[in-house]
Amino acid sequence: MNLSRKWLNEFVEIDATDKDFAEAMTLSGSKVELTHDIGREIENVVVGKVLSLIRHTNSDHMWICQVDVGQPMPLQIVTGAQNVKQGDLVPVALDGSLLPGGKEIRAGKLRGELSNGMLCSFQELGLDQRDFPSAYPDGIWILSDDPELTGLTLGQDIRTAVGLDDHVAEFEITPNRPDCLSVIGLAREAAATFGKPCRFHQPVVKGGGEGVLPELLDVETPDPELCPRYTARMARNVKIGPSPKWMRERLRAMGVRPINNIVDITNYVMLEYGQPMHAFDYRYVKGGKIVVRRAQDGEELTTLDGNVRRLTSNMLVIADDTRAVGLAGIMGGENSEIVDDTVDVVFESANFDGTTIRKTALALGMRTEASAKFEKGLDILNTLPAVNRACELVELLGAGEVLDGVIDILNYVPQPTVLKVEPEKINALLGTDVPAAEMVSILKKLGFQAEDGQVSVPSWRGDVKEMADLAEEVARFYGYNNIPTTLMRGQTTLGGYSPEQKLEQRLGTTCRSCGYDEIITYSFISPTWYDKIGWPANDPRRKSFKILNPLGEDTSIMRTTTLPSMLDILARNYNYRNKDVRLYELGRIYLPGGENGLAKENKALTLGAYGESFGFYNLKGVVEAIVKEIRMEDVEFVPCSDNPSYHPGRCAHIYACDHCVGVMGQIHPNVSKAFGVDGELYCAELSFNELMSTRGADAEYVPLPKFPSVTRDIAVVCDEAVTVGALEKAIRRGAKGLLKEVSLFDIYRGKGIDEGKKSVAFNLVLRADDRSLTSEEADEDVKSILEALEQECGAKLR
Amino acid sequence: MKEQLAKIEREALEAITGAGDSATLDELRVKYLGKKGELTAVLKQMGKLSPEERPAMGALANEVRSVLEETIELTAQKLAAAALEARLKAEAIDVTVPGAPVKQGHKHPMYIALDEIKDIFVGMGFTVLDGPEVELAELNFDRLNAEEGHPSRDWSDTFYFDEDSRVMLRSQTSPMQVRAMDTMSLPIRIIAPGRVYRKDEVDATHSPMFHQVEGMVIDKHITMADLKGTLNLLAEELFGKGTITRFRPHHFPFTEPSCEMDVQCHKCGGAGCPTCKGEGWIELLGAGMIHPNVLRMAGIDPEEWSGWAFGMGLERTAMRRFKIADLRLIFENDVRFLEQF
Repeated sequence: MNLSRKWLNEFVEIDATDKDFAEAMTLSGSKVELTHDIGREIENVVVGKVLSLIRHTNSDHMWICQVDVGQPMPLQIVTGAQNVKQGDLVPVALDGSLLPGGKEIRAGKLRGELSNGMLCSFQELGLDQRDFPSAYPDGIWILSDDPELTGLTLGQDIRTAVGLDDHVAEFEITPNRPDCLSVIGLAREAAATFGKPCRFHQPVVKGGGEGVLPELLDVETPDPELCPRYTARMARNVKIGPSPKWMRERLRAMGVRPINNIVDITNYVMLEYGQPMHAFDYRYVKGGKIVVRRAQDGEELTTLDGNVRRLTSNMLVIADDTRAVGLAGIMGGENSEIVDDTVDVVFESANFDGTTIRKTALALGMRTEASAKFEKGLDILNTLPAVNRACELVELLGAGEVLDGVIDILNYVPQPTVLKVEPEKINALLGTDVPAAEMVSILKKLGFQAEDGQVSVPSWRGDVKEMADLAEEVARFYGYNNIPTTLMRGQTTLGGYSPEQKLEQRLGTTCRSCGYDEIITYSFISPTWYDKIGWPANDPRRKSFKILNPLGEDTSIMRTTTLPSMLDILARNYNYRNKDVRLYELGRIYLPGGENGLAKENKALTLGAYGESFGFYNLKGVVEAIVKEIRMEDVEFVPCSDNPSYHPGRCAHIYACDHCVGVMGQIHPNVSKAFGVDGELYCAELSFNELMSTRGADAEYVPLPKFPSVTRDIAVVCDEAVTVGALEKAIRRGAKGLLKEVSLFDIYRGKGIDEGKKSVAFNLVLRADDRSLTSEEADEDVKSILEALEQECGAKLR
Repeated sequence: MKEQLAKIEREALEAITGAGDSATLDELRVKYLGKKGELTAVLKQMGKLSPEERPAMGALANEVRSVLEETIELTAQKLAAAALEARLKAEAIDVTVPGAPVKQGHKHPMYIALDEIKDIFVGMGFTVLDGPEVELAELNFDRLNAEEGHPSRDWSDTFYFDEDSRVMLRSQTSPMQVRAMDTMSLPIRIIAPGRVYRKDEVDATHSPMFHQVEGMVIDKHITMADLKGTLNLLAEELFGKGTITRFRPHHFPFTEPSCEMDVQCHKCGGAGCPTCKGEGWIELLGAGMIHPNVLRMAGIDPEEWSGWAFGMGLERTAMRRFKIADLRLIFENDVRFLEQF
């Protein structure tokens, strides 16, 4: 919402600078986004009088003028324009002046003749023909030819001379305050903010135009709840022409283009009162009848913008006897538009149901200034003053003859909201000590009627419904920044992190200590990503929450796996040629089947890495570090050859206490390729829920060994197919209670070992808690271990 | 004999102090003090002396012995120190050669900022809540007093999963206020960080997915002054002691009175500069006193209980905290970016 400071001053005189005005209004709740000075791009341009002009001797089209700019000596200025005469008043850009677009004018010589500036056209001053309809378009702007430019003095700043001296504030009005989408509404706020009186104007219509309104026009509202009020007046013998300068100037300052007097009047009233208006050409209101009705399904209307609109029965139209002539509250129809030969005009000032207007505008993709106002809910009492103001302006402009009387259908009589003023409650909510009298005085300034400890809420303040709303009004003008700052008292609460949150923190810390960087990826993905990670078309995991109105296919479904998100980021880093990348994400997946039709939002810890000399066992080391950090027990890595996203020979499921916690391995080369990576990628996906449920208890101290241990190295030869995991299991089963640690230290294939076999060497640590072991005792255990290895795995001592 | 002793002493001292290494020193010890050494040889001649001469000569001999022993010891220490010095010198390395690299992982800057905020509130007795992102429109809008027709409910602004606009991606963390009111007992102090979604195309300041943190307190006698006090504390913790804030009236359907909090621009100190777009202030968050309708809908009596709530965008906070110019970097996850924090 733009506000002309000149227009505002008609209601309340405020002389604050732009900056002070913006700050004060912002702090009282009407946020000023920015301010500007209409003529800010023009500097040092003044009114001058052409005293004489002679032909330039070296040019067949230039003139050398002597121009009086109110200085002791006239200036010599050369111009190429042909429309200047002696005695004309013209805009003169002096030496060192600025014109819109950053153009700088300097004195100089033109074909040998000194020119101390430039005579300007209105275009050069950033104006267009609509601003000054009578100005000559192809030459210098002859100010003295325009009867609307009066009281010009020589040397006068052109900005004040032609009305480019207004300042504009651009407001961001919140949706609860449609009343502030008007000059009057903002004047009320400004008056209360600056403690100045507000002068409101009661429109006075002389009337007396020829004819009897009810005989000429009949209005019906068959859907009263969609049209609570319809007010209309008529003007006859209208002469369409440009509106006067002052009106054009104000429209322009508010960002509205002048069109013609009647259309400008409707826009002027909308800006001033916040009440959208519409004008119909009476000729095209067939049967002299206006029906505000629902459109028929499939009914068509060509709106003022020239588009053909197909309507539905959820939309409200203004129709005559036979057809729709306007889309209620949004835009008029082309078929009843005000044109140059319009003679009789109907002014509509109505109140429509906001939701209907909003839905219609949305469905047709045509949000207009009018619809934006209606959808927020307007003051039903505003229609009559607005239509009267329009008619008053018709008379003021001499644009036509207004008929006596008003058609006013009021389908809903609003009752004012009456609220008790409870100063102690308001102070208790705000934490202030504002006296009751000050509260009442603030409310009165805003148009509330106060009596006997009660206030009646003005009709334009539909947002004020209870004590808290009054508290906000009081706070706004008491000053938010005058409210004290205190710290809460009250019952102490035990804050903190839940066990889940603590585990998340621990997992993050562990990943980072292993050198992994944290990433954040989008929760929504493209369905094609399921193809990219090799999931078959009928994979049940593809069942995802699907967004019906996504931004695009790429972000249209909620992921049921974090794997493709990780691969996408790995691939991006790979393409950026980042070396040795290690990443983790603790993110959510969204599975169907949650409560209330919502998703089961499970978290997953995803690791991803690539790099020179990075392999399966590097990633496994990190998974083991995580498992160890959270003290999981009975952890097993079980080969997995049927996960389509992973290399069938380099993939493992991770089990803890017989629960599958996740999967890890090298990404299948086809999948890597699908993401545009020709190298090896490694990923692990761990279920947060499983990590949570299989994590071990908190650490408890175990006494340090008092007796020395005995170590033994063994190397056994077994079939290639026997896994190290199986050998380790056999070792643990074979031991008789003295074995404390087993660690692999070598796997050997080659000379001395038969084809298809391998030699696997372990380091064993044996110890008793109550005595020093003898060598014989240790040997006995090792013997038993070797027997188990042979029996269970066919592994023989090398 | 006396002359003999004096000669030995003189010769020995000269030899000992001139010894260049510990092996020479050992040889000298044997030569003079050993069983077959020169001093021992002299002492062996004591028998030839008269009983009157013996004590004086004996004392003299012992004196010479102890002088020699002491000198040998001192010289040995000197030699050892010199040898150590020589070794350390030989072992010197180039300390400007880079250390063996240790790869440290990095927390995402957005989460660094979030963790700071969480710690501030946990310290004040707040519980951290987690909640669903696929959410009911009822909780995201209706229960927050945003009626049918509120513009943010439009399909052009919010992502929906069904034609009835029943299930959606939450457009704010505020439904967590309702979830807390529905499940927790009073008084309540919570913060709820998480992902939120709005239909914005990706650019330098917008993303269809971003993060917010919601905060809410409900207790008896909670005031707007308390809200200001707590938020000022937050601003000081995030941007340093003495950070100046201001509160502006604003509108949210679920708070009344509502406000926005600005912090004075750290760059220009309020004078206006490009960082604050000339305003001198930077918007940090929205807040207000919980709307009585929201309390009523949760079965909480607004006559007895009051509360405040705030919501702030995390990306913007992190971007300001780390001077990140483009929001897209946050979700791009380029390690050259991540490893700066």
